[in-house]
Amino acid sequence: MSGTHGTETTAGPVLGDIPPEATAATGEAGDNAAGVAAVGRVARALMPTTGVISDPTELRTYECDGLAHYRVTPALVVLPETTEQLAAVVRACAEHGVPFVARGSGTGLSGGALPRADGVLIVTSRMRTIREVRRADQRAVLEPGVINLDVTRAATGEGYYYAPDPSSQQICSIGGNLAENSGGAHCLKYGFTSNHVLGAELVTPQGDVVQLGGLAPDAPGYDLLGTVVGSEGTLGIATTATVRVVRLPEEVRTLLVGFRSTDDAGAATSAIIGSGVLPAAIEMMDALAIEAAEAAVHCNYPDGAGAVLVIELDGPSAEVQHEYDVVERLCQEHGSFELRLAIDATERALIWKGRKSAFAAVGRISPDYIVQDGVIPRTALPEVLRAIADLSSSSGVRVANVFHAGDGNLHPLVLFDDAKPGAGEAAEQVSGAILDLCISHGGAITGEHGVGVDKAAYMPKMFTDDDLDTMQLVRCAFDPGGIANPGKVFPTPRLCGEVPGKRKHAHPLVEAGLADAF
Amino acid sequence: MTTVSLDAARTALSSACGDVTDAGPADAVDGVPATLVARPGSTAETAAVLQAAAGHGLTVVPRGRGTKLSWGRPPERADLVLDTSRMSAVLDHAAGDLIVHTQAGTLLADVQATVGSAGQRLSLDEAVPGSSIGGALATNTSGPGRLVVGTARDLLLGVTLVRADGVIAKAGGRVVKNVAGYDLGKLVIGSFGTLAVITDAVFRLHPLPAAERFVTVPFGTAEDAAALVQTMVHAQVVPAAVEVEWRVDGAGTVGVLLGGTPTGVEARTAATLQLLGAGAEAAETPPPGWGVLPWRDDADLPEVGLKLTCALSGLAPVLDTARRAAADVGVPLTLRGSGGAGVLYGALAADAPVDAVAAVVERTRTACTAHGGSLVVLEAPAAVQAAVDTWGPVPAIDLMRRVKEQFDPERRLAPGRFVGGI
Repeated sequence: MSGTHGTETTAGPVLGDIPPEATAATGEAGDNAAGVAAVGRVARALMPTTGVISDPTELRTYECDGLAHYRVTPALVVLPETTEQLAAVVRACAEHGVPFVARGSGTGLSGGALPRADGVLIVTSRMRTIREVRRADQRAVLEPGVINLDVTRAATGEGYYYAPDPSSQQICSIGGNLAENSGGAHCLKYGFTSNHVLGAELVTPQGDVVQLGGLAPDAPGYDLLGTVVGSEGTLGIATTATVRVVRLPEEVRTLLVGFRSTDDAGAATSAIIGSGVLPAAIEMMDALAIEAAEAAVHCNYPDGAGAVLVIELDGPSAEVQHEYDVVERLCQEHGSFELRLAIDATERALIWKGRKSAFAAVGRISPDYIVQDGVIPRTALPEVLRAIADLSSSSGVRVANVFHAGDGNLHPLVLFDDAKPGAGEAAEQVSGAILDLCISHGGAITGEHGVGVDKAAYMPKMFTDDDLDTMQLVRCAFDPGGIANPGKVFPTPRLCGEVPGKRKHAHPLVEAGLADAF
Repeated sequence: MTTVSLDAARTALSSACGDVTDAGPADAVDGVPATLVARPGSTAETAAVLQAAAGHGLTVVPRGRGTKLSWGRPPERADLVLDTSRMSAVLDHAAGDLIVHTQAGTLLADVQATVGSAGQRLSLDEAVPGSSIGGALATNTSGPGRLVVGTARDLLLGVTLVRADGVIAKAGGRVVKNVAGYDLGKLVIGSFGTLAVITDAVFRLHPLPAAERFVTVPFGTAEDAAALVQTMVHAQVVPAAVEVEWRVDGAGTVGVLLGGTPTGVEARTAATLQLLGAGAEAAETPPPGWGVLPWRDDADLPEVGLKLTCALSGLAPVLDTARRAAADVGVPLTLRGSGGAGVLYGALAADAPVDAVAAVVERTRTACTAHGGSLVVLEAPAAVQAAVDTWGPVPAIDLMRRVKEQFDPERRLAPGRFVGGI
């Protein structure tokens, strides 16, 4: 389990390394070749030649997402340019029983976009138009391949921005964000993708195009949108998203605070949240993560810090001043030895550069590493960080911590050298033990990276069979054939029984003239 | 039910749950008489009750405190009312983590009292006084505070459900950030008891603001109201609420809530007064009717209660159309709601002619729909309910029916109350 990131010179393990529990997710190459060929014919009839890929060498370009440990060559790749094309491909998949996997920019960290060897990979990167920024409505209407940061770029001139900001925001797509319910540093105050996606046009796994939600809130009926967001591509493919854009704050203050230990930094975090101040972000990095960031981007973090907090306060100036005073005092009371306030955009960018580049920077101090993603109650931070340190020292596996402290969303980076025999296994063990720590503290096995293929086997540690069965009732409603990203999220698929079709009889209320059928 | 099957059902229910009684007139659901009432004391008892109900083919209408049972359409049958009011404990308030875990039958007000003692709140306004947590979730009520903190879907972290077949299922968890598995909590919010019975819930909390100030300004026309709302939502003073009220007598008010630190609120209030211009006034207390649904809740003859939504850019035409539609048929209309969030509630007199109400509903719904929104008739006398389309057009209704068929294939949970006869 968990994503292994090698540096560019370290080729990731290939298909043979996929653990047994994951093979159900990948399919067998050559299965239902006739069905795949039929889907290919449909796609070629609708799309330019460059939009349909079946050459084996080109297919390999798509063999993994950001979780490069798992690789599967898809049977076919299509790059539709319109909803109609995408829906036609999905309909063909449904007709021929061919599984499909959606992919945006391929930056996901849980293998959610890992292709199927017997299936079609549907890539949304050619659906990259920002249809509208509707200032009066505080909304933007986007195609799924739109890059996250481009939404903010398009809205800034109107005084607005798109709040969810995963570290990969320069390349990750809105469609991928929607599928994964992506978070980011600023979701402490502003919420996750699910809080910002108000509508979507969805191509269902049967190829129907439906509108869920929209410009107005509280659409009548079940909140299917709320269930689709974060369903990791298992309930269909969003072909447009209507998102909230947020007014730029009057003032932003970014602080970098140095502490001697993660205990002190964690206690300061709890004290700040407990005081009633809600910063836009509170991020923590420990000494090893700081070392890596310094090596990579020379962010000039405080010398000798055992931990730093990056704290951002935003809002009306009069409130920010007060919050700043509180935060400064609480940091000092909890042992901070240096507090820097970014005086301009350049300094602010440098502070954030250290944080946002931290995952990649770890490549400077370790040839290989696993990015873990778990959540604990914020008050358990000091205890869990000590337990992780104990795990690290007893196993000899180094662990760097970079994470969203305000949310309790940990991102331990487990370092190893795959060239050393047994090192990968030892790292996997530590990574798994960290997840167990999260579960035993009442937390979650993923806060923002998703379950994907990576953590499906962990789902039974957090949920009962009945819980998982109930979730899959939704799956059966949307995808009775089980062709949308099969093998992801759930460790075992639920048999949906009879494929539900149209009602056999008119609804009694309709018959009685009491309700309309729509 | 025949006497024999009723006796058998009562016996089965009684062995599942110690508190089973015959229903009285007060237990009727929107005019539909109920037969039995079960009051389970726990999730396990709820599961046992639902299993027994399944075994005897009983339709089940979940009930919290019964304050919104007349919303939506009446159920086709109500063999059993499953009353959650005995499950009324706040299970855990983890103040340091800003979360609360509560049973579903707990009064929203009791949750607020518990978390309020630590200077926190569940940022879910009590739109209908006396609501339980489960009832507020099932009907997705909200109030002025939705502008910034959102609605139940933005606050609910975890949920325990009991399915129609008696299976207990959890989704989400106890931490503020969690993307493991499907978010079933969002699915049951606003589902009117048609998918499952909610037995407990975990919410994120917010700190209570140290200071609050209300700024109001009168308006005369729909365009004026919309312009004032636009001014506020694009300002950088971060209003916690932007409300619009348009009374029967034509008096209109835009109300703005500012919450934060005393010094911050003072500065932001000054900025807001300037933004809203002549006639704006600040007060320490909310204006009359703040956060209260505009219709009178009378069990015998309820007023007509409408919920209107639209894109913010559609606020002026929606306000204008509603007002004109009511005036044209000579029916007084009160409008009130979270204009800054694109949500309004309308009240029409209980004795308004059915045809007139239908005309107002139809014209206003057309305007709402044209601006990306909808109109739902939440509350209405039986004659009106029979004459109007309660829920209006619902995109993706086929998919919703399929979800219902998966969760409740026998259509025993609140059948007929929800969209499209679900």
